Amino acid sequence: MSLNNADVRKVARLARLAMSETEIETARSQLSGIFALIAEMQAVDTRGIAPMSHAQDVSQRLREDVVTETNQRELFQSLAPKYKGAPQVEAGLYLVPQVIE
Amino acid sequence: MFESSLQQLGSALRAKQISSVELTQLYLDRIASLNPELNAYITISPEVSLAQARVADARLAAGKADALTGIPIAQKDIFCAKGWLTTCGSKMLHNFVSPYDAHVIARFNDAGAVNLGKTNMDEFAMGSSNETSHYGPVKNPWDQARVPGGSSGGSACAIAARLCAAATGTDTGGSIRQPAALCGISGLKPTYGVVSRYGMIAFASSLDQAGPMGRSAEDLALLLNTMAGFDERDSTSLQREKEDYARDLTKPLNGLRIGLPKEFFAEGLGSDVAQAVEAAIAEYRKLGATTVEISLPNSKLSVPVYYVLAPAEASSNLSRFDGVRYGYRAPEYGDLADMYEKSRAQGFGAEVKRRIMIGTYVLSHGYYDAYYLQAQKIRRLIAQDFTEAFRQCDVIMGPTAPSTAFKLGEKGDDPVQMYLSDIYTIAVNLAGLPGMSIPCGFGANNMPVGLQIIGNYFGEARMLNAAHQYQLATGWHSRAPQA
Repeated sequence: MSLNNADVRKVARLARLAMSETEIETARSQLSGIFALIAEMQAVDTRGIAPMSHAQDVSQRLREDVVTETNQRELFQSLAPKYKGAPQVEAGLYLVPQVIE
Repeated sequence: MFESSLQQLGSALRAKQISSVELTQLYLDRIASLNPELNAYITISPEVSLAQARVADARLAAGKADALTGIPIAQKDIFCAKGWLTTCGSKMLHNFVSPYDAHVIARFNDAGAVNLGKTNMDEFAMGSSNETSHYGPVKNPWDQARVPGGSSGGSACAIAARLCAAATGTDTGGSIRQPAALCGISGLKPTYGVVSRYGMIAFASSLDQAGPMGRSAEDLALLLNTMAGFDERDSTSLQREKEDYARDLTKPLNGLRIGLPKEFFAEGLGSDVAQAVEAAIAEYRKLGATTVEISLPNSKLSVPVYYVLAPAEASSNLSRFDGVRYGYRAPEYGDLADMYEKSRAQGFGAEVKRRIMIGTYVLSHGYYDAYYLQAQKIRRLIAQDFTEAFRQCDVIMGPTAPSTAFKLGEKGDDPVQMYLSDIYTIAVNLAGLPGMSIPCGFGANNMPVGLQIIGNYFGEARMLNAAHQYQLATGWHSRAPQA
């Protein structure tokens, strides 16, 4: 399969990665090489094979539906000033650009 | 002291022949002199390490020491450690001081081990050469023009160069075993689910597993005894009886059946590596083992399958890095989407972005069945090959990597060539089996070669037994690079 620059641009958008036109061109060429490698698996007949999502055939362990996490907002936000430049906190909240006009 | 086993160090500490503070200082001095060139550590924090050593000394004085009390151990920088900078090799986490301990870190702390520092690694564990680290590549101590392997390259280098007594690693597609092979040390990836991943920064959740790295199988058994065990905070952690991984070390190997996958000795394997591995197999026959040729017909598909599944899971796991609550945020941005896009573009390196792109693509609308689902189906075929093979043998052996350590920059331009350096290790992760690498000689340019030992599910004690008996009979594991 071959990718074009529009495909790459769309994927970069979905992945929330800003990319310049030069980076898109490089990514297109490298991703095409990787997808050529991946294409080897398309020829395999997998009819009737159940997908394997977990290395052990065990079911998800369930727990009581009770709150187990403690509120650590103060601890986490007290660390923010150490994270030089960003993120920003104010009045117990994390600041991001305004999303509602 | 730098050549002592963990057992010997523990005995010396308990006999008061040396204190933990003295031992820790010896390692810190050696790190100060050798790390600027080797770049094995991202962070060292001498005061924190020495404070831990003083606590260990008090515990030793009180006669309450465990096997690892007072022993300096390096931690891969993928494990969150409270109060420690935890970068995962990324600019994205260049300022992240963890507010909590990973399960593995807590287990070592409880055992009284000293955290000697955080080791360098490929960014978010994505790489096979340590060249994707934001903090610069690690050098192979056997030849500083060569890579140490990856992603746990800092840990492997630190052990080989005697910059720690032992270390931790993580292995998603070979990240413990391949650097162990390239640096001439021992490393073990346990069965998926044996070691809790709580606090271990996630890459590909259906494959990631933490494990010990050290100078001998005997050391690995001691470390795994500390690391393994159920933890309810990791939903994939398995509830099993506690086991002593050292229990079978001294058993003779008479009757051990070794499977040799013909696909692992075919085209693509370097002749120098083949020679060393075949000599190791011959040694096993001398020790009483028998060998049988087996086939893993679908293993050739493991690289393509892995490069669908691992990036898909990574693209989801790494979506949490958005510059809002911690980590890197771009200095300038417009609206919220722009802030995400710029923070991620500037905070992640090229290989991480490449894998996020692959993963996002294969999970995007219209492609799920053709890629992710097809890869999961072939994953089952690969796992079934192993189940079939283990009807005929107790352990599987072969090369860990197709070549010895390559030169820095040699595979830089071609991601696919780099991916193929994990061709013998990836299938083990896909199947969820335990695998290890031990030194078995030297190949071209006098660089170390690793022998891979693959066990059946929960076969760690048996693998360690096979590795230990080989190490008693040969001296490869005690060879050290010239400092």
